[in-house]
Amino acid sequence: MEVTINNIRKEFDKFAALNDVSLKIASGELIALLGPSGSGKTTLLRLIAGLDYPTAGQVFFGTEDASHSSVQERNVGFVFQHYALFRHMTVAQNIGFGLKIRPSATRPPKAEIRKRVSDLLDMVQLSGLENRYPNQLSGGQRQRVALARAMAIEPRILLLDEPFGALDAKVRKELRRWLREFHDRTGHTTVFVTHDQEEALELADRVVVMSQGKIEQVGSADDVYDRPQSPFVFSFIGESSHLPVDVRDGTVLFQGEPIGVSEGTNTVGDLFFRPEDVELTDDPHALFGKVTACRRLAGTRIAEIDIANNGHAPFHVEVEVPLHAPIELGSEARFRPTRWKIFPGQK
Amino acid sequence: MSDNRRTFRSPADEGFFTKLALVALSLVFLAFFLFMPLVSVFVHAFADGWDAYYEALIEPDAWAAIQLTLTVAVIAVPLNLVFGLCAAWAIAKFEFKGKAFLITLIDLPFSISPVISGLVYVLLFGTGSLLGPWLKSHGVEILFAVPGIVLATIFVTFPFVARELIPLMQDQGTGDEEAALSLGASGWQTFWYVTLPNVKWGLLYGVLLCNARAMGEFGAVSVVSGRIRGLTNTMPLHVEILYNEYNMVAAFAVASLLALLALVTLALKTLLELRFGAGAAGGRH
Repeated sequence: MEVTINNIRKEFDKFAALNDVSLKIASGELIALLGPSGSGKTTLLRLIAGLDYPTAGQVFFGTEDASHSSVQERNVGFVFQHYALFRHMTVAQNIGFGLKIRPSATRPPKAEIRKRVSDLLDMVQLSGLENRYPNQLSGGQRQRVALARAMAIEPRILLLDEPFGALDAKVRKELRRWLREFHDRTGHTTVFVTHDQEEALELADRVVVMSQGKIEQVGSADDVYDRPQSPFVFSFIGESSHLPVDVRDGTVLFQGEPIGVSEGTNTVGDLFFRPEDVELTDDPHALFGKVTACRRLAGTRIAEIDIANNGHAPFHVEVEVPLHAPIELGSEARFRPTRWKIFPGQK
Repeated sequence: MSDNRRTFRSPADEGFFTKLALVALSLVFLAFFLFMPLVSVFVHAFADGWDAYYEALIEPDAWAAIQLTLTVAVIAVPLNLVFGLCAAWAIAKFEFKGKAFLITLIDLPFSISPVISGLVYVLLFGTGSLLGPWLKSHGVEILFAVPGIVLATIFVTFPFVARELIPLMQDQGTGDEEAALSLGASGWQTFWYVTLPNVKWGLLYGVLLCNARAMGEFGAVSVVSGRIRGLTNTMPLHVEILYNEYNMVAAFAVASLLALLALVTLALKTLLELRFGAGAAGGRH
């Protein structure tokens, strides 16, 4: 099911949690809403589900305007952050709930509900646990029961709020891969909310990066990591450092001095670069500073460098260096970004 | 090494004599102020033997008082169950203006003297009021009749169910309800299959306390009842009348019945707490 969100605005007591958000989700797509807390990602998910109503704007399911449909009418599968399993019902009763409460005209016969529940249990690999209660399950198992329960009603889309938030690191990785396979097998349009960029980049077809109630960028993992379109996306996704620069006559100047980097248009702004897109150099036209710390990171090292700032607090940057590079604490290092982006107007 | 061989003691623990003193003090206090009076009620009740005890209870006025007390509880408790559930639901699950005021209002019966609670109804339905004469001319007696007693009891026992449910429902939030709604359940189905089972132990606990108070209420009821023997006397009022007449055996016989009710309530409450406590600990995720 294709979902279109048009100019959505949501206010809570005059505070705009979402401000003019538009998004098109293709049928069968797996989309991540990524952002820090307070960015409006969960609000957007709840608006799609019909658990909240927008102050302005529309939500379309296919060509149907669902903006004023209730959550029941929208027929969406929603997996809550803390699963919200019914604690007094067994696993099987939880999964069958959405079918059991249907009006008699559309309710499947008991035998069929039982069959559907057992099929779903198979699908989420929990066969044999149907008579357990939620508090007898591990976190990962509860998560999968919640997913099976949401799938039981044959939803038009599947919405997951921080699906792995409450799990430990190992289970989280397993479930992440499992969810990807699950999605590929069922082909449901799926939207999930996360604050974990690794999760979003690894799992989603497209990532929607959000900040302060606005969408900053929508794109594939490569897009948002390699071609960030705003300073927020550059600093939120992956590691990065930034320095205030002037661009004059095609040359980038830092503190009035050329640093061996050129740029097309004249501007005043912030130079962003990632630790891995830096080379060490002897060139006098380069950035230089004092190495204040050195950390081992898997196959490389990260050097933390302080660049003097005329008596003000120094600029702090992080640079990836080869394991055997002659970098020592307290020594001076010269380096130059090999890939960068300048966002104008930031000071 | 030998220096380190002191037995380990938790920093929050106290020495043996401190513990002994605290426990002994509590026990002595409880024995003197709670247990002995309770025992003495039963001792006095059975002072003239079983037969006298039985006689005192089936005496027509005493029997009428027992029946009236049960009638009042049967009306007041279910009503307060519904009111309390509504109030707790509104407070825990919705945001609205005047919520803080409503919470304070629910506590009102706890904070004012029961005598005042009774007087409120005298002012409202008495001969000098607007409502009283009008109702009387239509054949409805409120004061010095069963309806007045029921009203006063409802007023006094209102907070028990609501007070018990509000923290429980607030703690549970609306997550389960949203889950049920998203699965297609109607509001009523959500309440019946999800909300109510989630609070059932707390609700039962609140109802028990409410019932105990409904049967035992003295102050408010004594103001509105008029104390007509065999007609508007509840058990607590009847006990007082018998006592004032120096009819000790009969007074204590009826009192022992009330005390027994209290004991049964306490036992049920303890039983529920065991269930409820275990459920609360294991049921949260």
